[in-house]
Amino acid sequence: MAYIFQQALNALQLGSIYALIALGYTMVYGILTMINFAHGDLFMVGAFFCFLIAFYLHLSFVPTLLLSMTGVAFLGVVIERLAYKPLRNAPRVSAIITALGVGLFLENFTLALAPYPKHIPTLLENTTWTLGTLSISSLQIIVIVLSLVLMLILDFIVQRTKAGMAMRAISWDKTIVPLMGVPVNKIISLTFALGTGLGGAAGMMYGLAYPVIDPYMGIMVGWKAFICAVVGGIGNIRGAMIGGFILGGVEIMVAAFFPSTYRDFVAFTLLLVLLIVRPYGILGKPQPQKV
Amino acid sequence: MTPSEKILAVSHLSVDYDSIHAVDDISFDVGKGEIVTLIGANGAGKSSILRAISGLIPYNGSISYAGKDLKNIEADQIVAAGIAHVPEGRGIFGNLTVMENLKLATWQRKDKEQIKKDFENVFSLFPRLKERRKQQGGMLSGGEQQMLAVGRALMTDAPMLLLDEPSMGLSPVLVRDIFKIIQDINQAGKTILLVEQNANMSLHIASRGYVLETGRIVLSGTGRELTGNPKVKEAYLGG
Ligand SMILES: Nc1ncnc2c1ncn2[C@@H]1O[C@H](COP(=O)(O)OP(=O)(O)OP(=O)(O)O)[C@@H](O)[C@H]1O
Ligand SMILES: [Mg+2]
Repeated sequence: MAYIFQQALNALQLGSIYALIALGYTMVYGILTMINFAHGDLFMVGAFFCFLIAFYLHLSFVPTLLLSMTGVAFLGVVIERLAYKPLRNAPRVSAIITALGVGLFLENFTLALAPYPKHIPTLLENTTWTLGTLSISSLQIIVIVLSLVLMLILDFIVQRTKAGMAMRAISWDKTIVPLMGVPVNKIISLTFALGTGLGGAAGMMYGLAYPVIDPYMGIMVGWKAFICAVVGGIGNIRGAMIGGFILGGVEIMVAAFFPSTYRDFVAFTLLLVLLIVRPYGILGKPQPQKV
Repeated sequence: MTPSEKILAVSHLSVDYDSIHAVDDISFDVGKGEIVTLIGANGAGKSSILRAISGLIPYNGSISYAGKDLKNIEADQIVAAGIAHVPEGRGIFGNLTVMENLKLATWQRKDKEQIKKDFENVFSLFPRLKERRKQQGGMLSGGEQQMLAVGRALMTDAPMLLLDEPSMGLSPVLVRDIFKIIQDINQAGKTILLVEQNANMSLHIASRGYVLETGRIVLSGTGRELTGNPKVKEAYLGG
């Protein structure tokens, strides 16, 4: 019993990190029908910013988090403006290739900065509580709670605010939105800021949980989070969250019952099966009927 | 011809898409408080003219509204300058509720109190929208969507409305309703540029009209003059 609870907690922790990253993919896709393949590397930059801030500025947890998120969000906006915006009306494949290029740039730029791997200094005293065979760490709780809070805030912004309304309108039909007096470019920037900011937060939390960072850490995690977004239904925000928790759960369960080398293989197979059953993802719908 | 001041002035407007000349050196104007109609067959360039006015597409020539040159103004700021565009096909956001569709159109406004009154106004003009305000835009019928599209334009509070084929796809009864509503809105003070293929109805409610053929204005005059014109009769009014 305690074992199952322990694994569930581990699954929640991993799942919330996947979910945070998956949100960035899905938001950008929703608004531009483009996969931002640099997103996994922005996650890495989040962890890297966290390292820089903690190491050089010695700030505490909350300011480090806010600064890392802001930094990555800003970087996301700049990347959109410089690299993606000029290609908005170009074939999608050009935008995808550009995104891959931006990702490679981020990896190699980071690589050139310093020798790796780097260790993120301890930002939080990690206490572990033991209840019989069950052990819960404060870090684990913080990652889960903070991710949930960030997701709730995002959900509120998208579902309840005027800016969120504009984002949803753009995802339906971008050409009509300016006729409502809505500045489309600003909303696209805001979407990038939110999506990449969450990716940055995920990078920082990942860096706290597994405190070794290197420039390529975003690649595999990025692919997995991308798959979470697809499994949830790409473009669907709640779907991305669900997809993240599903993958987190599957990975932890597989690792609990099989040799750890089987983990990704079994996890990806299950996800592929899920996509065969539901090709548009769990919450996705076939292309919306535009009127 | 019109005693009122010109509010919209379009001069030497040309629109090109890649190799197609969609609009070719067109000039016309709309007086404050008028209903002016542009009629023409499919592909004549009507929608292109409206899209140019709203800043959605690049063009040559000049367009000014209330003395302000619109050339380098972004589309969202043209709404703020006072022009609301009800696009062809209505452009309802199917994933937003009726209420959200209307709210989004108030983006440029700060006058909270007046916005509330305008909601009341739109709901009294279109009681169906009030009943369905919590439904997704995609669930509405064609007629309801057209009402929502006009309602949104009213919610921008822009004094001038560009209407692109508001009667398209509606039953004859609904067509009559929508033209009646256009007249009412005009009576309430809105200036209207109405693009239509239904020349009969639009010339009937318009003070003036322009006839477009393959990107050029071939005829213009008062609604009455054009209705009486034999060429118009033959080509647009079914003989
Ligand atoms: N985005 C576009 N790209 C290329 N050509 C276009 C585009 N939009 C319109 N055209 C062409 O420009 C010409 C004018 O089109 P426009 O839509 O302005 O006509 P319209 O009078 O509104 O027609 P309809 O009554 O069918 O709506 C047509 O030949 C059309 O094929
Ligand atoms: Mg048209």
